[in-house]
Amino acid sequence: MQPFTSITGVAVPFPQNDVNTDQIAPVPTQRSLKPDYKALFFHRARRSADDGLDPSHVLNLPQYATPSIFVTGHNFGCGSSREGAVWTMMAVGISCIVARSIADLYRENCLQNGVLPIELPDPVADAFDKRVVEANGGAPFTVNLETRTISGPGGPDIAFEISDADRTRLLEGLDDIGMSLKHANEIAAWETRARAASPWLQRALRAPETEPAK
Amino acid sequence: MNKPQTMLDKLWDAHFVARRLDGRDMIYVDRHVLHELHAPHAFEQLEKSNRGVRRADLTFSMQDHTVSTKPGRTQSTNPDGEQFQVAMREGSLCHEIRLFDLGDPEQGISHVVAPELGLVLPGATHAVPDSHACTVGGLGALGIGCGTSELEHILITQTLAMKRPKSMRITLEGKLHPRVSAKDLSLRILALFGSSFGRGYAIEFAGDAVRALSIEARLTLCNLAIEMGSRSGLVAPDEQTFAYLKGRPYAPQGAEWEAALAQWRLLPSDEGATFDKELHVDCNDLAPQITWGTDLSQTISVTDAVPRLDGDAEALTKKQRSLAYMGLDPGQPILGLKVDRVFIGSCTNARISDLRTAAAILRGKHVAAGVTAMAVPGSTSVKRMAEAEGLDQIFKDAGFFWGESGCSMCAGGNGDRGRPQERIVSTTNRNFEGRQGKGVRTHLSGVEVAAASAIAGVIADPRAID
Ligand code: SF4
Repeated sequence: MQPFTSITGVAVPFPQNDVNTDQIAPVPTQRSLKPDYKALFFHRARRSADDGLDPSHVLNLPQYATPSIFVTGHNFGCGSSREGAVWTMMAVGISCIVARSIADLYRENCLQNGVLPIELPDPVADAFDKRVVEANGGAPFTVNLETRTISGPGGPDIAFEISDADRTRLLEGLDDIGMSLKHANEIAAWETRARAASPWLQRALRAPETEPAK
Repeated sequence: MNKPQTMLDKLWDAHFVARRLDGRDMIYVDRHVLHELHAPHAFEQLEKSNRGVRRADLTFSMQDHTVSTKPGRTQSTNPDGEQFQVAMREGSLCHEIRLFDLGDPEQGISHVVAPELGLVLPGATHAVPDSHACTVGGLGALGIGCGTSELEHILITQTLAMKRPKSMRITLEGKLHPRVSAKDLSLRILALFGSSFGRGYAIEFAGDAVRALSIEARLTLCNLAIEMGSRSGLVAPDEQTFAYLKGRPYAPQGAEWEAALAQWRLLPSDEGATFDKELHVDCNDLAPQITWGTDLSQTISVTDAVPRLDGDAEALTKKQRSLAYMGLDPGQPILGLKVDRVFIGSCTNARISDLRTAAAILRGKHVAAGVTAMAVPGSTSVKRMAEAEGLDQIFKDAGFFWGESGCSMCAGGNGDRGRPQERIVSTTNRNFEGRQGKGVRTHLSGVEVAAASAIAGVIADPRAID
């Protein structure tokens, strides 16, 4: 995974609550194993009734054509577990989400992909949102994970919180599976213990007399 | 004496493998069930990284999201789904994972199949790359919905790296009207507390209203935990749970059954265990619930009116947007609203008990003119059982389409979708904009309201139907 230290780029304001993964990455009419994630990005929301791009939609405005930071409301990314809803953000260049709160599964999917999920408390978010709207894509913001600050036009640096563990994971671009495989011995030991303690969980064997009639 | 523990604590401690460098706990996954939408990507990653599946014997593959519901279906009946089903079949074969394929007598929606086969058991951890993995909490198992990267992580390590969630208990007290069900309980909770109050928590549902629920109803209740923001819902297992599981194909047998029982009896939260958050809901006189908007917290009793436009600016905008999408006027009663389509199905409400409930309302009646109605059993076993009882005939006589099992209209992943502006009463779990098709107006309810509305042709109160 790419380490994340800091990014500087356009912050796009999307002041809505409860934005779900169906909105972020709608299921395409023509499903594909390899969808065009860039095209999926808020595919429905960005369109008007006749299916053409709605030029007035914030995500279609030219100044937000290549956003880096997505600034939004409460419970961002609720709904289904689809990781495509993170991949679609990455496909358009977003690598940091600044929300008032982020749904658990979505937040985890962000961390898995090296996207920085930031949650700001309401009063801080109010002020930041205002600055993002005023900047209107004209001047960039910088999110620095090392110093845990957001800086940019219109005001002082904003400190954000993130656990040391999540910060380290992103800063070092730790490979999630690699991190776990360091504990292979403990996994094996757990299995040995479980085989003795609750063997029915260590093997999922169908009772022979219940084989379904074909 | 040891400190009293919650059921979550017990489950977590029993599955704790190690703490990682990043502070996450590695939790052992007893059962891992894949589906064809997300597994192919993980299979591809495995191939790239040249890594194998650690415990194929604890992994199961389900074709559910993209399968057609048409009688006589094949993988190409839904051309869109074919590539997923083929990739799923190849990947499962290559990694020697048991696949519940099209034509398998036990194919179905994973969250329906796992409990009915006894694949998932009390005290087990159960991961699915699908947010409704929480369903199996109804048996006292820790269901965890995960993303695609996490799926791959589980395939390789048979563990999931997570922070221990905080614990919440929602105590539901009271007696339910016979035509009010678990779905109404969950919707009521969502109406009261919103759609994100469970973030960071595992929710244990307790109280006499929960104890009185059948096991299948408890699965329905836990199914909606994710809509409350929580990745896991739980109900303590009891004698009813054990009776439900006994003799199921994958449940332990003989001496092992007795040993398992002894352990399962220790699972419920200890007397005096403290929860990080406690909520109480009085369920006496609970009316059937229905969503009016595009978020599950936008729920009312069927006898209520759609909200008026009030609240702060933000609430107002949200309401306005939902009302516009749903084609509703503020303050209008929801009863009597004309319905175009009714869908009975999904991992929320397509178990045999749901079909029986619906059939009892539909028996000898017919859906109203202009209503398209569909019933899609949650699994092929449920379908077989329903047919053995003659329920399929009741549905068909009532004018319902009777389909092969799968997710169907829940997310429309198999092409079963509504048309723009159509108003649907649906027993599924998400009323998001566009979820059931572009512009489709989804009202979520229990099977009782859905069946009653199909007959009436308008949103109806099932308590008023004989
Ligand atoms: S029925 Fe719906 S919610 Fe359940 S697994 Fe299928 S798509 Fe997901």
